[in-house]
Amino acid sequence: MATQSDLSCNGLVRRFGAHTAVNNISLDVPAGTFFSILGPSGCGKTTLLRLLAGFDRPNQGDIYIRGERMNDVPPNHRPVNMVFQHLALFPTMSVGDNIGYGLKRRKVPAAERRKLTAEVLEQVGLPGLENRNPMELSGGQRQRVALARCLVLKPTLLLLDEPLGALDLKLREQMKVELKHLQKQFGTTFVYITHDQSEAMVMSDQVAVMKDGRFDQVAPPEELYREPATPFVAGFVGDNNRLGGEVVSLEDNLAQIRLDSGELVRGRVASNEVRPGERAELYVRPESLVFAGSVQNNDYSVMQASVKTTLFDGANSRVEAENSGSLVYARLPQDGSAPALALNSSIKLSWDPRFARVFGADRS
Amino acid sequence: MSRWLPRTYLTLVYLLLYVPIAVLVVFSFNDSRTGYEWGGLSFRWYEALFNNRAMVQAMWNSLWLALSAATVSTLIGALTALALHRYRFRGKQVLNGMLFIVMMSPEIVLAISLLGLFLMVGLQLGYVSLLLAHVTFCLPFVVITVMARLSGFDERLPEAARDLGASDFTMTRTVLIPVIMPALLAGWLLGFTLSLDDVVVSTFVSGPSYEILPLRIYSMVRVGLKPEVNALGTLLLVFSLVMLMLSQWILLRSKR
Repeated sequence: MATQSDLSCNGLVRRFGAHTAVNNISLDVPAGTFFSILGPSGCGKTTLLRLLAGFDRPNQGDIYIRGERMNDVPPNHRPVNMVFQHLALFPTMSVGDNIGYGLKRRKVPAAERRKLTAEVLEQVGLPGLENRNPMELSGGQRQRVALARCLVLKPTLLLLDEPLGALDLKLREQMKVELKHLQKQFGTTFVYITHDQSEAMVMSDQVAVMKDGRFDQVAPPEELYREPATPFVAGFVGDNNRLGGEVVSLEDNLAQIRLDSGELVRGRVASNEVRPGERAELYVRPESLVFAGSVQNNDYSVMQASVKTTLFDGANSRVEAENSGSLVYARLPQDGSAPALALNSSIKLSWDPRFARVFGADRS
Repeated sequence: MSRWLPRTYLTLVYLLLYVPIAVLVVFSFNDSRTGYEWGGLSFRWYEALFNNRAMVQAMWNSLWLALSAATVSTLIGALTALALHRYRFRGKQVLNGMLFIVMMSPEIVLAISLLGLFLMVGLQLGYVSLLLAHVTFCLPFVVITVMARLSGFDERLPEAARDLGASDFTMTRTVLIPVIMPALLAGWLLGFTLSLDDVVVSTFVSGPSYEILPLRIYSMVRVGLKPEVNALGTLLLVFSLVMLMLSQWILLRSKR
């Protein structure tokens, strides 16, 4: 299956004893894209990345890079480089020698190496640091050195294994944006793995949500957010309220649900398992909920909830309320439109049914 | 009072450590035959030492033996440590523990067993038997020193090297060896020192064809302490100090 994609895999399987870490994964990454694999720890994403880098071999399936089969190619001969989770900079070498390491293996002459090293350091914003020891640098600088060490080799594919995990929050926010810019600037295809959905959403062109060795959904960030394909994606990507109920009727892709509190609400059908008379779960995001007093629209669904507490966090402020035993969160707009909320007071929350998603229950 | 107590204590400890050495050094320059009274400054014992051909020969023998024993045990020990560190196999724990047994077992036991073994296989006692014996007791120290260094080794470094295009051999040469270099050096020095002043094992496994320094001194002392020995001790002291400084210098340089 030769394609024009930079990376294409079909039916990859990797088992460790009875445990299947990577379970029949196929993917296709077009040239120049930023592709993220997002999943909780233990979902098999690191194993998948190691298969791509060549440190491990699949039990089944094939890996193609620019149409060439890579299964039997050792890591030092793959057109792939990897930025490791803890960066793995060589402590016995200077920054310059770290970056020149790959070039030296390719027998690039010393003068040329120095020139390319200086260039790439400039590009990642660390000009003139060749002679420093990587251990003397700050976390963010080390990060850039690790990137430069790979990018100087102009790989077809750059693999990144949660490289921002070790940074503090502020720096992480900054590096997110910077990584995205660097990717555009170099035009290299990035495959980025992370458990942090915000990293994946901000940087990626495509995100694959991985769970238990499989991809639940592969889509652009906005589609993941607006149209999660499974309850897992709905719960993992962004915040979501989950309300249980019974399907009353189906019409025009909208399902009417009787919530456990007895209220009748509606949401878009997101899976085939939604049938009248059966249990279902409705997912609606805190930012899709509006206070019923401020909006009057007959198409909107409404439910009652009693206020438990308010969580002030600037633009992310939310109210925690309860609807027949289940907790519901709603965003508190900071433009003065939010009502004053007293503890245990009853509020009406409403939403546009098109922004809520209904999945058949018992399909986790 | 409370300030003087710790100072006095510390002074006593260091006096205990250094007075014997100082006495040795001072008396090596003593121009007196009896050796226990001061008779003025002189280099006569150094002269006597270098005129004692058997003694000089024993010194060279000892240095050569220590050098070769340390080198051989560092090579074997480093590979053993790598194998124990990198691979998982049955009986690894047992092998690991057996290193400590050799290290902890009384030297005299090792000496007797080695002698028995050499006699059994009919090995001529001399340089080869000494070398084998010294490598045997130096080896565990090297293995343990290198393993300690490897335990802090980032397992991703070899992978990063491979990822950047290095073959296994190049990775070992450019990444692994530089990282464990301090441990190799420390292990080598440890082996060198152990070999240089070993008496117990050497007494058993040396032969008349290859006389080494500690045994020579020991036999000299039995017929009465000659001031020559002081001179020799001073030289050895200077030599070990130089070695120590050299190793520190190499370590500092490799760190930068």
